[in-house]
Amino acid sequence: MEWVAFVIISLIALGSALGLILKRNAIHGALFLVANLGSIAALYLMLGAEFLAAAQVIVYAGAIMVLFVFAIMVLIPGKEETGPDPRRVWRLLALPLGTALLLVLAVMAVTGRSPAAGRPPVGGNVETIGRLLFTDYLFPFELTSVLLLAAMVGVLLLARRRA
Amino acid sequence: MSVPATYYLALAAALFSIGVVGVIIRRNPLVIFMSIELMLNAANLSFVAFGHRLGSPDGQVVVFFVMAVAAAEVAVGLAIIVAIFRLRRRLSVDDLNLMRW
Repeated sequence: MEWVAFVIISLIALGSALGLILKRNAIHGALFLVANLGSIAALYLMLGAEFLAAAQVIVYAGAIMVLFVFAIMVLIPGKEETGPDPRRVWRLLALPLGTALLLVLAVMAVTGRSPAAGRPPVGGNVETIGRLLFTDYLFPFELTSVLLLAAMVGVLLLARRRA
Repeated sequence: MSVPATYYLALAAALFSIGVVGVIIRRNPLVIFMSIELMLNAANLSFVAFGHRLGSPDGQVVVFFVMAVAAAEVAVGLAIIVAIFRLRRRLSVDDLNLMRW
């Protein structure tokens, strides 16, 4: 049962990732990316990470993709990738490079010495992560808020109209 | 019977490679950004798979931080793209060679 779910979800993930990089229209790419993020959220659920699955849907598929779709609507791209490609030779190298990278990563994933399996965590998922965030990872957590504030100020500065 | 972590890692490797190819072959900066999101998600998936295998929630905490950083990165990156579009009226990464040697 779990195998069936894994195969179906990973086929959806791979297909939507290929659709993202192969479709010429940017808005189709955005929709493919939403499907990809949703399938990865489903994989998080299978791995017992309920909190991350919810955060993935809310933050990625919700907030970040809305931002992307807004940018695509405002800029209306798509005319750039018609016409001759000035760097065609270099771009043709992408496929062998990508295949080589995939081979290296897959060999590492399959043959690497895997650490001993630990025991499953006790308690609820959200409870455990909340406790960790506010004890062991308190300082990085606070740094995240500073980072988000800095990003917000930077975006306001960049998007302001030059008077 | 449950799926071993190796299969999740192989899937993450495939998604990461697709993201790398997307960054190389596409000329639209928005699509390049989306391919980068794909790569970040592949890394997140391997974090969660390792955390599941080790029985430790620390991997999930790292993924939480990656999500926050990705949100900040997308906001700043899209603002930069919009600013470039205002300046140039075009949107192709091949035009942006001012700071290249």
